[in-house]
Amino acid sequence: MSTVTLAGAEVEVDPEGFLLDARQWNEQIAQEIARQAGIDALTERHWQVVNFMRQSFLDTGSAPSIRTLGKASGVPIKELYELFPKGPAKLAAKIGGIPKPRGCI
Amino acid sequence: MSDTVEKVSIIISRGSLEGIYPGLIMANGARMEGIEANVFFTFFGLDAINKAKHEHVKVATVGNPGLHLATWAGGMPGVSALITHQLAREMERLDIPPIPEFVEMIADSGAGIFACKASVDLFKLTSEDFIPQVNDIITVGEFYGLAGGGQIIFT
Repeated sequence: MSTVTLAGAEVEVDPEGFLLDARQWNEQIAQEIARQAGIDALTERHWQVVNFMRQSFLDTGSAPSIRTLGKASGVPIKELYELFPKGPAKLAAKIGGIPKPRGCI
Repeated sequence: MSDTVEKVSIIISRGSLEGIYPGLIMANGARMEGIEANVFFTFFGLDAINKAKHEHVKVATVGNPGLHLATWAGGMPGVSALITHQLAREMERLDIPPIPEFVEMIADSGAGIFACKASVDLFKLTSEDFIPQVNDIITVGEFYGLAGGGQIIFT
């Protein structure tokens, strides 16, 4: 665990940069994590995925699988990988300020 | 060699449920981590991409000591279907898709889906027999060409 400054706020992150406390998150932090991951600007479609991930986590306590993400977020799998080429579930979770998804699927 | 995996080529050679899933899970998992992935279906593994067969893949209940089922019992009519059905229900609970949907998901994630030419010829199949997600029917040599710069995983 370490503390980093993102968008002017001090937040606690795990070794891979995932926020440890979802309550410390805000939209500026999301933009900054996205920039560091190579996504210059979050589009409306990115936000749709990020918000879905975050909301699912807040509602259920765990991040959705890539299958659920593709079916229920309104963004199909193909587009998910275009939006987040380095792994949609992982990256959307990171940008959304929730822990790294632990599922294998 | 770098200490991170950047690319994998996964060979699926078996046609049982337990023979096909591990390779699919590895391929999907690779793409989820942003790792480039190719899947090469050979021998009975071709059933996973065969339009007429991919919905009917079953658990091997004979000669499968992991099931802890007597061989004679595993060979009784309907046992393989029953155990396959139970396993499918458990997988659905864990949000693991059935094989046809899983292969489509993996293709949509940008992984390459390939059929082995020698096996296709052996079983007298043509590209018409396969799901549309199959990129190509390729030779072993072409597979090695595609696999260049990455790891090869045989299942």
